[in-house]
Amino acid sequence: MSAILRGHASTVRFLFGGSVVVVLLGVLAGTIALGGFPVGASLQSLVRGSIGSPDALLSATFVRASPLLLTGLAVALSFRSGVFNIGAEGQLVVGAAAATFVAIRAEQWLDVWTVPVELAAAAAAGIAWAIVPAWLRRRFRVPEVITTIMMNFLATFLVSYLVRGPLQEPTRVYPQSSTFAELARIPTVHPMVRLHWGFVLAILLALFLGWALRHTASGFRIIAVGVNPRAAEETGRIDVDRLTWLVFLGSGALAGLAGGIEVGGVTYALYDNVSPGYGYTAIAVALLAGLQPVMVVPSAILFGGLSAGAAAMQRDVAVPAGFVEFVQALIILALLAAPHIVAFMQQRLARLQAVEQQGAR
Amino acid sequence: MTDSALEAIHIVKRFGSVEANRDANLSVGAGEIHAVVGENGAGKSTLMRVLAGLFVPDAGTVRVHGRNVTGWDTRRAIAAGVGMVHQHFMLVPTLTVAENLVLGQEPTRGVRLDLAAASESVNSLCARTGLRVDPSRRVDALSVGEAQRVEILKVLYRGARILILDEPTAVLSPPEVRELWTVLRTLKARGDTVVVITHKLDEVAEISDAVTVMRAGETVGCLRTQDATPAAIARMMVGRDVVLAGDLVRHGDHAPGAAVPDVARRVALEVTDLVVARPRQRPAVDGVSLVVREGEIVGIAGVEGNGQTELIEALAGLRPTEAGSVRLNGREIVAFDVRARADVGISHIPEDRQRRGLVLEYSIADNLILGLQHRFAHRGVMQRDRVRRNADRQIEAFDIRPPRPDVPARALSGGNQQKIVVAREMGRDFSVLLAAQPTRGVDVGAIEFIHARLRAARDGGRAILLVSADLVEVLALADRVAVMYEGRIVVTLPRAQASAEVLGPYMTGAQRGAKLS
Repeated sequence: MSAILRGHASTVRFLFGGSVVVVLLGVLAGTIALGGFPVGASLQSLVRGSIGSPDALLSATFVRASPLLLTGLAVALSFRSGVFNIGAEGQLVVGAAAATFVAIRAEQWLDVWTVPVELAAAAAAGIAWAIVPAWLRRRFRVPEVITTIMMNFLATFLVSYLVRGPLQEPTRVYPQSSTFAELARIPTVHPMVRLHWGFVLAILLALFLGWALRHTASGFRIIAVGVNPRAAEETGRIDVDRLTWLVFLGSGALAGLAGGIEVGGVTYALYDNVSPGYGYTAIAVALLAGLQPVMVVPSAILFGGLSAGAAAMQRDVAVPAGFVEFVQALIILALLAAPHIVAFMQQRLARLQAVEQQGAR
Repeated sequence: MTDSALEAIHIVKRFGSVEANRDANLSVGAGEIHAVVGENGAGKSTLMRVLAGLFVPDAGTVRVHGRNVTGWDTRRAIAAGVGMVHQHFMLVPTLTVAENLVLGQEPTRGVRLDLAAASESVNSLCARTGLRVDPSRRVDALSVGEAQRVEILKVLYRGARILILDEPTAVLSPPEVRELWTVLRTLKARGDTVVVITHKLDEVAEISDAVTVMRAGETVGCLRTQDATPAAIARMMVGRDVVLAGDLVRHGDHAPGAAVPDVARRVALEVTDLVVARPRQRPAVDGVSLVVREGEIVGIAGVEGNGQTELIEALAGLRPTEAGSVRLNGREIVAFDVRARADVGISHIPEDRQRRGLVLEYSIADNLILGLQHRFAHRGVMQRDRVRRNADRQIEAFDIRPPRPDVPARALSGGNQQKIVVAREMGRDFSVLLAAQPTRGVDVGAIEFIHARLRAARDGGRAILLVSADLVEVLALADRVAVMYEGRIVVTLPRAQASAEVLGPYMTGAQRGAKLS
């Protein structure tokens, strides 16, 4: 785990050193060309759809980055403490379901309190979904990697059932909930854009978590537990079981909140596939950020931008979005490997130079 | 020394801004046993790794039998017959001795691993070198001494004729050390060359033909062992006169805590009939009773593996106990977990500092407050300035090097890591200190210092239970000495009546006695 952490500190520098954009565009261009699509027009469309205009940023990139940001935080937080919560996806969708339930059943009497209660319900549902694997881990040492993945499937099918049963819209035609009333929607930051306050909340949470990990006694404990649970327990006098339990639930809350923000701020309804795998992409987002909460912000925006650009490419040039996903996966592979390859090459170089020096004498 | 097997000339090796080797020179004659001594962080291990091809030096030359091999890698070093035995073992615990030895160059029949041939070649190697290990045993069932023998065999199996051993005795009990010396002498008789890193000056005198002293990244001298005295070597190492623990014992000016066992003094720790079970074996701790009073150091001597580790861990709350009682200042704490015991005043210097005592990724400053984080926080927010001041004070007081609070503990030498642990455990409020191997792997200067701190704590009214594989250390510190053998305390003597001669038979089980006090 610590090796992952160290590796990713350099990934972060590499990623945000600028060169990444060039690499990224190069790989993408190559892939598009291979697919037989016009490279220039495709890339143009990708850029235009993601960062090409204030509107692209505010109505597409940032909007798509919001759930990635919150789930990315959920993953980063749990990984830092040595809890491998792969279940952000499931926690997100049950969060979305809980928020939907509040939005369409209780909006009448909650009035202006609808959105806060909706988000609280989403976070609570995320916690509820995390409790099962967290308890199994604490009580029976069942590996959470397996249980959280299983909980993801359960969550997906649960939502499938809900949108065809208890939460289906009144006409009973479409497998989705009815649309949220105005009061149940998270306001946008400006009437002209789709960006909602949920994004701002996510950024504030990222900053808070970044600060808390560095500057609070709890953060001190979490990181100690993540890198050396034994020393943390025995010398650090930390109740490791209790702390990882709490972090696990906190991680679930963040992921659940992501679901609430997605339905309350973007889709305004619950339906099948409400998440296009946000909870899984979140793992890449978190790793790319070196598991540092503050770095999750740019990392989530990068992935949000790619996804927004991909949609534009599909719309304008008919390049399948799958191409971008393919490239995203390539980029993740390259970025994760890059720092190690660079280190290896530097080592080799040093050795060669030393040998040459000797030869010259 | 015209016939040098291994030479290092003006070696410089930097890690970032730290110069681990500044001007290191070493010349090892063929067929000799050469000791390299120096304080923690003097650059011994770095120099050895340069020789073994693990590090590439930034400047300087390495020669083997006169041939310039600077900048080589481990593969070519091994091919040239230079092999290193590391301080931390690199064996696969679930494989057998034979499997570990042939790992990487397994004999095969067709595509199948030929274990019989592996076992055979290991046996013949054992016979040739006189190193005895059963090739069919699993490594995780071996004692530390045996595991080390496997490490040495592994290097020999790959054809090494020049062996570099990095602090081989740090993990060994006295009988195991004697066996190691026999092995090294056998190798020497075979014509092999041996380089041994050590902290212990008596070992230098015992085993080596020549000794090179390192200080602060430089080699400050090379002597024939017969021309050197321990005091002279210690002075070269530290750059000043040092009181050696052994001297205290030899000269008898041991200073026990005020009036030796004072029965009227308050009992701080009282252990009664403590049993610590082991799966499918006799109990590791088999009905131990002992008393540690305020202002006294009770030292537990004994060959390692006789239950000392389990006893200390059980007292610290790290290991469940089967039966018995543990009272701290009269209060029963046997049901307390590790945190609760720490809260009521038990401090613990663990044997395995890297796994249990430190978070290596954390800075020196953060490690110094590990377990005390709540005291350095106000409403949950860490007070970084106080953490920093605490670090500055402790680094100064314990001479932790490098004296930079932000450096991660991982970057420190073993001895300096140990100083962090000692500084922290002695810096907190405690009534009983459990000190397990408090100076293992620490240089003479730091040993002297840690001993002084332990005595000062004792004189300040603290109770200390000391476990050490080093009898000299027990005799230098303890007011009363107990010997553990096969999970039992076989004898307890006041310091005045204890000596290596008296304790020896008890330690080896040759004699069993009643409690005298």
